[in-house]
Amino acid sequence: MSTSTTLPATTAPARTVRRRTARRSSPRPGAGVLTYGIALVVLGATLGPVVYAVLGGFRSNAQLVSDPVGLPSPWVTTNYTGVLTSPDFWRFALNSTIIALLTTIIVVVLGVMAAYPLARYRFKGREPLFLVFTLGLLFPLTVAIIPLFLMIRDLGLNNTVWGVALPQAAFALPITVVILRPFLMALPIELEEAAMLDGTSRIGFFWRILVPLSGPGLVTVGVLAFVASWNAYLLPLLVLNDPASQTLPLGVATFSTQYAQDTAGVLAFTSLAMIPALVFFLAMEKRIVNGLQGAVKG
Amino acid sequence: MSDNAQTPPGLRKPQAGGQVRGRRALTNAWRQRLEIIFFVAPALVLFAIFVVAPVLQAAHYSLFRWNGLGPMDNFVGLANYSRALQDTIFTGAVMHNLIIIVLSILIQLPLGLGIALLLNRDIWGRAIMRVIIFVPYVLAEVVAGVVWALLLQPNGAIDAMLGAIGLGGATQLWLGDPDIALLTVMVVLTWKYLGLAIILFLAGLQGVPAELSEAAQIDGASWWATQRRITIPLLGPTIRTWGFLSMVGALQLFDMVWILTKGGPANSTMTMATYLINQGTERSQYGYASAVAVLLFGISFVLAMLYQLLVLRRDIDSGAGPLPIKKVKR
Repeated sequence: MSTSTTLPATTAPARTVRRRTARRSSPRPGAGVLTYGIALVVLGATLGPVVYAVLGGFRSNAQLVSDPVGLPSPWVTTNYTGVLTSPDFWRFALNSTIIALLTTIIVVVLGVMAAYPLARYRFKGREPLFLVFTLGLLFPLTVAIIPLFLMIRDLGLNNTVWGVALPQAAFALPITVVILRPFLMALPIELEEAAMLDGTSRIGFFWRILVPLSGPGLVTVGVLAFVASWNAYLLPLLVLNDPASQTLPLGVATFSTQYAQDTAGVLAFTSLAMIPALVFFLAMEKRIVNGLQGAVKG
Repeated sequence: MSDNAQTPPGLRKPQAGGQVRGRRALTNAWRQRLEIIFFVAPALVLFAIFVVAPVLQAAHYSLFRWNGLGPMDNFVGLANYSRALQDTIFTGAVMHNLIIIVLSILIQLPLGLGIALLLNRDIWGRAIMRVIIFVPYVLAEVVAGVVWALLLQPNGAIDAMLGAIGLGGATQLWLGDPDIALLTVMVVLTWKYLGLAIILFLAGLQGVPAELSEAAQIDGASWWATQRRITIPLLGPTIRTWGFLSMVGALQLFDMVWILTKGGPANSTMTMATYLINQGTERSQYGYASAVAVLLFGISFVLAMLYQLLVLRRDIDSGAGPLPIKKVKR
């Protein structure tokens, strides 16, 4: 990822009208200068803010004031080391990780369990039951947030991981069931028949055959739940008021208001907060995209 | 991932008709019921406690004046609703949500479609482009918001760049001027969510058979004509689904606005969700905030239904129409 400049807006597209060149030369036209020009502008605009944050973390506040869009000169590492040696940052990251993992585990386990009868049993009331979950898609967290916040407070779950993970898992269930059900339906009936003939119970079939075979689907819904939890703001904002229990997004928001004068410090903190999400995304990119596409097609 | 599960011999088909359950005895039916309960109950209980109950409670709270302390006994009927609908800050917030929906679609559809069509061609570095374009979508709104707030601050990086290309006079108080703050938020939202549109459109383009555009090329259609007459119409369902997701997301917009402006300056960027939180947790007006939540749901529901009726209905009989393929004569 070597973008030489951080000036997305200045690389004006080559506005020469060269569109006639790549026309009808071959059945699958390549791209002209214009295409690459547009692609570069898009990339610059996309990565500009991210690059600005990362490089800004390597500059001093004086540098940022005198030349807001320059390169670091000299490179300053104290902002980053300052964040990395502060216990706060690590605690935020740890809280985020615990809550995201907990949310993901709950959603995946309960989601696949619920999707199994909805996909492979025939019983009266199957479709109404499925409808209950799909109707859940209509109710965003925002609508329920006030009673939810009061309920969590009354249950004594505020400032605990459960107070965030359980509601998040509950609100992620509808999309999880909706994605997993067709997935489980698609597994051939012969598998089930063969398993039954070999004397497996339905529960045994579920654990030994269905769950291992639906691995890709489980990973997809798991990744979606993890990313949503990792980035969540509204629910943690209301449930976690004790700094010791807060997650990274809350930490970033607090830090940026507390140290508003220390722009370089805020950029360093924010850049470091980006890294886990970006690494996770690059590792799971195919899954995330597949999940989203599945959600659209389904 | 253990993908090495043995495919069992599917040769022994016990009975035709796909009905697995041999009806043996009543105990079987009971057993099945117990199994269903065993599998579905945990999810259903969690869902009931944390989704269904709070939603119903919101409707209940909305009929009371209540600050969360002491018993909820001041029943006011629909007064909270009429108060919200008469409150210019709330009606302004509804307007802002609607503006954001319209602008999201007007800006992101042409941009996203154009970029997706470009990236669908054989260009160098296409794979890495797809990954990079998706990056803003993966970042937390809070993180993106904090960076953009710094970029947009007076004499910040955006102003400096405008100065560098001779537009120094065009600098504004991007987030501080009530006349343009909403448009500024819109720019940031576009940056954040354009990648989602592009990825979804690219996915839809995968489903457009290459033979169609090749045939059109052979018939002498230009690249643009091929896109306009064949590819874009076939993308219809994907575009309409994206429009729906985009609309629903815009109605619930909270994080980005809260970080960038908290709904200010002078309520010029207030959305329904920021107003709800502002009234609910900042001022402890739980009854009133619940009424706002119910209104938010009602407005979303009505718009979703309208969208289904007017837009998505076309996808039910999704025949892609007669395909413009001529037989090539030898």
